[in-house]
Amino acid sequence: MNVRYIINMLGKLLFIEALLMLAPFIVAIIYGENTIIAFGISMAILLMVGGVSLLFPPKNNTIRAREGLLITGLAWILMSLFGALPLWLSHEIPHYLDALFEVVSGFTTTGASVVLDVEAMSYSCLFWRSFTHFIGGMGVLVFALAILPATGTQSMHLMRAEVPGPSVGKLVAKIRLTARLLYVIYVVMTMILFLLLMIGGMPVYDSLVTSFATAGTGGFSVKAASIAAYANPYAEVVITIFMLLYSVNFNLYYLILIGKAGSIFKNEELRWFLAIVASAITAVTINIYPLYQNFWHALRDSSFQVATILSTTGFATANYDLWPNFARTLLVILMFLGACSGSTGGGIKIARVAVIFKTAVNQVRKQLFPRTVVPVKFEGKLLGDQMQSGITSYMFAYIAVVIFSILLLSFDAFSLTTNFTAVAACINNIGPGLDVVGPTGNYAAFSPLSKIVLIFDMLAGRLELFPILVLFAPVAWKKN
Amino acid sequence: MRIVIIGVGKVGMTLTEYLSAEGNDVTLIDTDQEIIDNAVNSFDVNGIMGNGVNFSVQQEAGVAHADVVIATTYSDEINMLCCLVAKKIGVRHTVARIRDPEYSRQFSFMLGEMGLDMIVNPELETAREISRLLRYPYAIRIDTFAKGKVDLAEMKIAPDSPLDGMQISDIQRKLQVRILVCAVQHGDTVYIPRGDNVLYAGDHIHFTASHRDLNAFFRKMGAFHHKLKNVFIVGGGRIAYYLARQLIDLGMNVKIVEKDEARCKFLKESLPKAQIVLGDGTDQTLLAEENFADTDASIAATGIDEENIILSIFAIQQRIDKVITKISKTTLTDLLEAVGLDSVVTPKLFTANLILSYIRALQSTAGGSVQTLYKLVENQVEALEFHVEKESAVTAKPLRDLNLKKDLLICCIIRKSNIIFPGGDDVIQPGDNVIVTTTSEKLTDLEDILK
Repeated sequence: MNVRYIINMLGKLLFIEALLMLAPFIVAIIYGENTIIAFGISMAILLMVGGVSLLFPPKNNTIRAREGLLITGLAWILMSLFGALPLWLSHEIPHYLDALFEVVSGFTTTGASVVLDVEAMSYSCLFWRSFTHFIGGMGVLVFALAILPATGTQSMHLMRAEVPGPSVGKLVAKIRLTARLLYVIYVVMTMILFLLLMIGGMPVYDSLVTSFATAGTGGFSVKAASIAAYANPYAEVVITIFMLLYSVNFNLYYLILIGKAGSIFKNEELRWFLAIVASAITAVTINIYPLYQNFWHALRDSSFQVATILSTTGFATANYDLWPNFARTLLVILMFLGACSGSTGGGIKIARVAVIFKTAVNQVRKQLFPRTVVPVKFEGKLLGDQMQSGITSYMFAYIAVVIFSILLLSFDAFSLTTNFTAVAACINNIGPGLDVVGPTGNYAAFSPLSKIVLIFDMLAGRLELFPILVLFAPVAWKKN
Repeated sequence: MRIVIIGVGKVGMTLTEYLSAEGNDVTLIDTDQEIIDNAVNSFDVNGIMGNGVNFSVQQEAGVAHADVVIATTYSDEINMLCCLVAKKIGVRHTVARIRDPEYSRQFSFMLGEMGLDMIVNPELETAREISRLLRYPYAIRIDTFAKGKVDLAEMKIAPDSPLDGMQISDIQRKLQVRILVCAVQHGDTVYIPRGDNVLYAGDHIHFTASHRDLNAFFRKMGAFHHKLKNVFIVGGGRIAYYLARQLIDLGMNVKIVEKDEARCKFLKESLPKAQIVLGDGTDQTLLAEENFADTDASIAATGIDEENIILSIFAIQQRIDKVITKISKTTLTDLLEAVGLDSVVTPKLFTANLILSYIRALQSTAGGSVQTLYKLVENQVEALEFHVEKESAVTAKPLRDLNLKKDLLICCIIRKSNIIFPGGDDVIQPGDNVIVTTTSEKLTDLEDILK
């Protein structure tokens, strides 16, 4: 194992985090807030710890899948541990564990909060909270690959461990250019969203942090009532559209950039995604219409809620906990599906769901006609055994993590609905669930143990389990 | 440069490694997903699974905007077809690996009519290298520059050699031969020598010289007073075929041992002057019967590395003058020197060198383009030949006034038929060919030698 490479890479990432913390630092200066000290101390600590790693330059740049997974897992944990410092040092979140929960929720683009009164927090801390969504959405390692000079020829292992989805495709031959293109697309889309929100009358600061939260499909809002607080139908529609845009595979935007816009609808995952979005919105609209008695309002609320859940963002414009049972159940099911692979969204991912569905249908056919040859095809290509077994084992690990988490949460005295949707909302990086953790609720009431379990779930969900699970596997740390 | 490589076998993988390390955009096409995954994990390249002849697969790989397509699949015909398709899609240059002797006679037709810009034949190149080694058996390796006017030879300094302890600037005066040492491997380190460096026994030296001086130099080194006359080739594949043809023309006696009866018949038919033996070349009784111990040179060229190694070890034991081993996997090279096998030839490396020099030449800008390129000492040193087309920054001043990069040596200037070992007063002129060795980063143009 190339320990020096791992240490060096982690050090560089902490430097990058210090650099990113400059943004809330500047916000603190602009608003003249005393959080400036908390951010200053945090940045100093990051630079110091990162600097130590420079004493161990790597002897060679050879890394394998193992190093890729370990770096990714450790990087996200370290970034969260240090990222929580300013919130805790500024006393805005008095307990370190709560601050950690909040920042992990930020980096993993979950949006689950333990803050009771959001509107009492300082501008700079709220900015940092939302900014972590933006960083975590596309990924910090992808950012590092985009800006750092040569990281070795095998850095694909780093990218694969961080970018969601069963298979990661490069846009272009060079990994560095790929990472840059992804970030350019990401930043430009976010700037467009920011402008559109400002034009719609949202304050500049709110537009900015809402854009960050939408881009990362995160869901932190600076208002207690989330997006509903703005009472701005235009902004709701814009955010709905962008939440869906951010849950599409970014490779498709690259196709548009190089003038192959026509070929994006050949993407099977996108077609599944659009079909699911359309049918879910229709079903929910019909189901909640009696409550609203106004078709356009019902459509607006249902499409916003479907988009926020499916894209795993976690904003809210309506308290869907008060909706009929069918709509509530459907939304919980959508939580598990999630966004497309290669997007900033979480969840199981449409590609995996589609493959599992097709495999199941094929099995039924095979039971009836045992001798027929029925290969599973996805994206026009035959699925290899490795891909299929990869998806199956992913699903098993996923279900196991969900079950154990619910079991551990049951020590707290909440209902099964609360525990189940809390785990679902965290591992799928959504944020709000039902009941106690519903759109108007909060995670503050959970015990420290439950919070640690949920922190684990959020990280495992964002990194698609394995980079986090391997940290607990003794074999990963053995010399050979 | 945007480069698409179709068929990622041994050669394809070596090219992928070299070309991606030089910063090119490389996209691979192969029918085996596992090979693609492996390559994408190891190098900074992109990969597509599919049939390289397929129009849409090539389009997906971006052939339309690529500079070069290199076809190195297992089949000559597929390679030709890949290049033909790529040319139609709009790639600027195509390179195909073509190995079958049957096609080797119609290269000029294929270059003109079939959309191919370059053809490489690894087995033919390997055979050429072996035949050079047999002409200069004291060398471990011989490459040629300027269409054969200058040789670049590698030699290990023997313990009792006059070179042991000699200062490099004294070589010409003391030995009365015109050679120029352009790279030295001392233990694990490699350096581009200056006049005051001292050579030691065990060092590997790389040097340039004309044919005549090379002969004179090797005579001074005191080995092989007789020419090699009888050559024993084990394994009757394509290398043996090409090699035998060349050696017979040089007047040597060639004996080929081959297991397969049909192949033996083919060889006998096409090489009437060679002696063909049907049997297993690793069988010691057979070797004894065929008088293996009395032969001058043994060439192990079967398709299996292990067999070749064992045969060569046996040949060294039998005190055969020159032992050459063909090896496909480069991972073993370090081991081989330890067991005394110096002259090792690896077909994929010749192919990669040829294609690499072709691609470097495409990248050259103004001062002078790459004609030939060799990678020495496990890729740590490059020896390049440039052709100077017109006046540029390097032709203006005498060499002593040029601000040259470190770790770089101008070994040789070839002006018409003269070979000049340059001193500080010499000036590079348009029309010259210049040979340079370097350990620093890649050179694509002669002007790159300047700081």
